[in-house]
Amino acid sequence: MTGFQMPKPVLAIEGLTVSFDGFKAVDDLNLYLDRNEVRVVIGPNGAGKTTVLDLICGKTRATSGSIQFDGRELTKMKEFDIVRAGVGRKFQNPSIYENLSVFENLEMSYPAGRKVFGALFFKRSAEVIARVEEVAAEIGLAGQLHSEAGLLSHGQKQWLEIGMLLMQDPELLMLDEPVAGMSVSERAQTAELLKRISQGRSVLVIEHDMEFVKSIAHKVTVLHQGKVLAEGSMDAVQNNPKVIEVYLGH
Amino acid sequence: MNSTLDKFFGGKQGGIGLLVLAALILVVFPLALDSFRLNMVGKYLTYAFVAVGLVLCWGYGGILSLGQGIFFGLGGYCMAMFLKLEASDPESTKIQSTPGIPDFMDWNQITELPLFWQPFQSFGFTLLAVVAVPAILALVIGMAMFKRRVGDVYFSIVTQAIAAILTILIIGQQGLTGGVNGITDLKTLLGWDIRTDEAKIILYFVNAALLLGCILIGRFILASKLGRLLMAMRDKEERVRFSGYDVASFKIFVFCVAASFSAIGGAMFTLQVGFMSPSFVGIVPSIEMVIFAAVGGRMSLLGAVYGALLVNYGKTVFSESFPELWLYFMGGLFIAVVMYFPNGLAGLWHSHASKWLARLRLPSRRQPPAAAAQPAEQPPASGAGTIDAVPAKQLESTP
Repeated sequence: MTGFQMPKPVLAIEGLTVSFDGFKAVDDLNLYLDRNEVRVVIGPNGAGKTTVLDLICGKTRATSGSIQFDGRELTKMKEFDIVRAGVGRKFQNPSIYENLSVFENLEMSYPAGRKVFGALFFKRSAEVIARVEEVAAEIGLAGQLHSEAGLLSHGQKQWLEIGMLLMQDPELLMLDEPVAGMSVSERAQTAELLKRISQGRSVLVIEHDMEFVKSIAHKVTVLHQGKVLAEGSMDAVQNNPKVIEVYLGH
Repeated sequence: MNSTLDKFFGGKQGGIGLLVLAALILVVFPLALDSFRLNMVGKYLTYAFVAVGLVLCWGYGGILSLGQGIFFGLGGYCMAMFLKLEASDPESTKIQSTPGIPDFMDWNQITELPLFWQPFQSFGFTLLAVVAVPAILALVIGMAMFKRRVGDVYFSIVTQAIAAILTILIIGQQGLTGGVNGITDLKTLLGWDIRTDEAKIILYFVNAALLLGCILIGRFILASKLGRLLMAMRDKEERVRFSGYDVASFKIFVFCVAASFSAIGGAMFTLQVGFMSPSFVGIVPSIEMVIFAAVGGRMSLLGAVYGALLVNYGKTVFSESFPELWLYFMGGLFIAVVMYFPNGLAGLWHSHASKWLARLRLPSRRQPPAAAAQPAEQPPASGAGTIDAVPAKQLESTP
């Protein structure tokens, strides 16, 4: 327990349990995420992957256990406080504001004017515009800044939502199936995007697409029935007999 | 890019729309109508305050309150209490067993002015209370509902229940509130007789100016980031919440603004019509107010004013000739709006009449080929553009 050479994990989940009417969707889960790490969580349907993200961002409340982020306990915090503490979360289906322009979608996530009167007197300063343009260039939507977000393709909507998270400059980025429904070339572009944006922050990704997982993951965690079944490099996990059984055994 | 002026007037189109409305209610109506009719329009316009508030909280915020009569009534009652106290000076009430208190209290064997009536002897307090009392009630309701994430239809039902409760309370506490008859026989405001034709015309203009002021405030809110947040919340509440916003606080804010607007309308109603009664508080008037906003267009501040004017005008004409049919007509109108033109008159204007107008203008545009470059000049980046395009255009369609 000296630990002076072990970097302190940015996210430490310990003994996390949530039960819905007696069904334990997440069962005594332990998971540690290091700074600058890209972790992918895989597992069969119903393994509790999305529930873990829900628990971290406060959408679902834990029955017991703790989630420490940067030394702060998230399980008792309000959703918007968790976001302000530096946790950004992308939902499974692209969740953007269809009636607003791409610019306005990104601007909405700019971390200023977040309270009632702040929003009322929020000014679109040169700084805000520069930040929006920077992020738009990052996600490849610089040319569509002023089109309505609802008119974007499915892949572009996914990128836009990632861009909205980038606007907040979160320390922890959580992505729920970011390449679902994307074409092969879009998947490759998303992998490149993730590699770029994971500089200086930790990323937690849920994904089924193994090619994609292989291309981005530093480490893979396999969830099964709310518990960690295996954890390690992609190769180690893929050759783990327990994992093979869970995926192919029935 | 967005000057403050633009925020209030919504750019060129929004400015024109507002000017046409202002000309209509400040110039055309006063010139064209006799003082009786003008007073009636003034009464309709007090409902427009409620409708404008509903555009903000229902149209943009997605919060359907079916209890705006609560706030209209509270504003009206605050004003009526002040006027009633002024009308109940000891001299003119000397035949009562307790002179100096409102007549209905005397009839109910009350012998001294109740505590909560006493501050209403001050005009300054009354003006404050007209806005503050409904806003505080809205704040309490909003905190209780939105913090617990009660929304959608459940919220609407709760507002209905509160409207019903308030009506029962007012009727039941006859000695304190004037009961089912309400507060009547209002005479003067700070010694100025509000029953004369001249006073009614002045009050009409005060009312019109306040309404335009509320529309400007509404424009300012919608053009701000808060306006875009409201729309974002209406469509993707979770996304807004998980972008670091306390969604409930924005809902509470817009609900309070809508309540304050309604209350100003209620106070102006009392002044112009000369009484206030529980029949403006309950479920039926509250739903009628939603219909005004729906018919005018729930996404259009100006449309809401036209909706309030037209439906009330229709109500007056119709209910004179077919009193029993009016309610069916009103119900039918609401169903028709919801099913066939969900964005109301403003939406109809936007989708039909504006195209027709554009076609009329087209020939003159064709001759100089350079003009072809002009049409697509609107930068979509300005939030005001999307909001005010509808009301601006809808204006010219209505009589």
